[in-house]
Amino acid sequence: MSEPVLSVRNLRLDIPTGAGTLHAVRGIDFDLERGETLCIVGESGSGKSLTSLAIMDLLSKRIERKADKLVFDGTDLTKAGAKKMRALRGDRMAMIFQEPMTSLNPAYTIGDQLMEALLLHRKVGKAEARRRAVELLEKVGITGAERRLSQYPHQLSGGLRQRVMIAMALMCEPELIIADEPTTALDVTIQAQILRLLVDLTREMNVAMILITHDLGVVARVADKVAVMYAGELVETGTAKKVFDAPMHPYTRGLLRCIPVPGKTERGSELGSIPGIVPSLVGKVSGCVFRTRCEEATEACRGEIPYRESAEGRHNFRCVHETGRRAGVEEPA
Amino acid sequence: MSEGNASPPVLELRNVSKTYQIKQGMFGERKPLKAVNDVSLSLQRGDVLGLVGESGCGKSTLAKILLGLEAPTSGEVLVDGEPIGAQNRRLLARRIQPIFQDPYSSLNPRKSIRDIISLPLRVHGIGDSASQDKAVREILDVVGLPSRVMNSYPSQMSGGQRQRVAIARALIMKPEVVVCDEPTSALDVSVQSQILNLLGELRREFGLTYLFISHNLAVVEHLATRVAVMYLGRIVEEAPVGALFDEPRHPYTEALLASVLTPEPDLGVPDTHLGATYPNPIEPPTGCHFHPRCARVMERCKGVAPQITCDGEHSVECHLYGRESGQAVA
Repeated sequence: MSEPVLSVRNLRLDIPTGAGTLHAVRGIDFDLERGETLCIVGESGSGKSLTSLAIMDLLSKRIERKADKLVFDGTDLTKAGAKKMRALRGDRMAMIFQEPMTSLNPAYTIGDQLMEALLLHRKVGKAEARRRAVELLEKVGITGAERRLSQYPHQLSGGLRQRVMIAMALMCEPELIIADEPTTALDVTIQAQILRLLVDLTREMNVAMILITHDLGVVARVADKVAVMYAGELVETGTAKKVFDAPMHPYTRGLLRCIPVPGKTERGSELGSIPGIVPSLVGKVSGCVFRTRCEEATEACRGEIPYRESAEGRHNFRCVHETGRRAGVEEPA
Repeated sequence: MSEGNASPPVLELRNVSKTYQIKQGMFGERKPLKAVNDVSLSLQRGDVLGLVGESGCGKSTLAKILLGLEAPTSGEVLVDGEPIGAQNRRLLARRIQPIFQDPYSSLNPRKSIRDIISLPLRVHGIGDSASQDKAVREILDVVGLPSRVMNSYPSQMSGGQRQRVAIARALIMKPEVVVCDEPTSALDVSVQSQILNLLGELRREFGLTYLFISHNLAVVEHLATRVAVMYLGRIVEEAPVGALFDEPRHPYTEALLASVLTPEPDLGVPDTHLGATYPNPIEPPTGCHFHPRCARVMERCKGVAPQITCDGEHSVECHLYGRESGQAVA
């Protein structure tokens, strides 16, 4: 296999606070191949958005980024300066945010905003940029593309705006797209359309994608690879099929029990829940971060937590228990 | 719906409409926007009516009418068989209470939890401060919060805890109907399940009736006993939860159900066949409002508005099932 387009080893993010250092992200590893979709799923505060901003070097100056390896398409991002990063962003790597109304500039037309990246990063004229903008608007399923170029963001619906954001991200044919909750603000019907579009286009153009979401349904349907994030760590990674069909980490299993599944969960029955709250990450964090809420927790969870590979391979989880369960506990029927 | 039932429905809407006059542009003429268009519904005690539909379909306007925050342009709302118009707002608030989506903006950040929860008691002049404190402590216990949070402020609490406070505030007046407008969509998955479990328990314990508005169909299927599907101000299909999810009739309901992303990795992203975007409610399409997006559109749908057809407790507004069309298409 060729070099991964993105390779991350031991990524750490520290935020100094009045009460001490907040270790928001602690030692994340993953590789992303060309054309592959990785979904990072986790609850609010798990550090999934910070991770994506760290890759784009869009973190606030306050936050300290450290990594043993952070290589994107042959470029060592830990050594890349502001100028190099500006050249990469919008060109080789692009981002799609949750709320298209706040990430589009209300004072510029759709056309201006679409053409900006291409005019900035490529030696093309306005006519050529305009042609490309129309081409991409059509590609993301916007009718009357020529006319849309002179419209302003407020004249478009939420679904259309998100299509514009996708078109914008694809203008320079990037290697990597990071989409942070791209469909959370949209109706379910529009969500399905936008996700289909993202999946089809990234596949067609062989673009790698990191999709960040809290929605397990989205993850299952979109991901090639899944990374489950909890309190700043990836607690389980693997192919979507393995993570959903045979979840190993107690947190992943807990999350999956929380959501009602049509046709499977009995209507009106009690849903599973994960008691407790995410622990403070200020100061020294040791042992398993999930142990305070874990039903499988034992004394050993305070110590070193190994990364394990499940029996079938390409599926890793971080737990002291070999099977993700306390010894002697039978799997419930 | 359930005729022959001796007690009147807890809540009934009869041909309720709400029309807003919208001005287009600074000098544009005013045009009517029918946010709620001739809606009739009835809820029996203990029912959970799930109300689903895309944004802009009129769900929240309907909720506001029930809460007395908007007056209907025409039609009647009845509580226990009595028209709301005859009651004043204060009496209405004793019987119908809301739980809103965002527990961050629906709680006053400058008030303590005690003040927030006891406000309804103070407004209605019920009890002295000692008995109000006692009531607050009891209701906190009911929603699963320790009584020490009484002196806390919303900023000191998590999203799930805040939503529990909002539920406590809604329940302290012992209402009959609770209008839940997207009560869990701002919450994390693990917290959402706790709030849903709590709402289920409270309903069983206090015989509450819910109007449950949500865009999350899996959640609606889980909690609701009946479901109404709304499109451009109309209820296009209404049925008991099993019938609606197992045998949806309206093509719009089918499309909504098809767009639910269950956590099943083999299925991929579904094609909902809903090509065109949601229409502008100021200029709704002619005939059946849904026809431009409908996968099973017929010639008649473009010109003639369909009538409601009832089959037991399952009603649908679609030409596929109309009497004139003779036979329902399977």
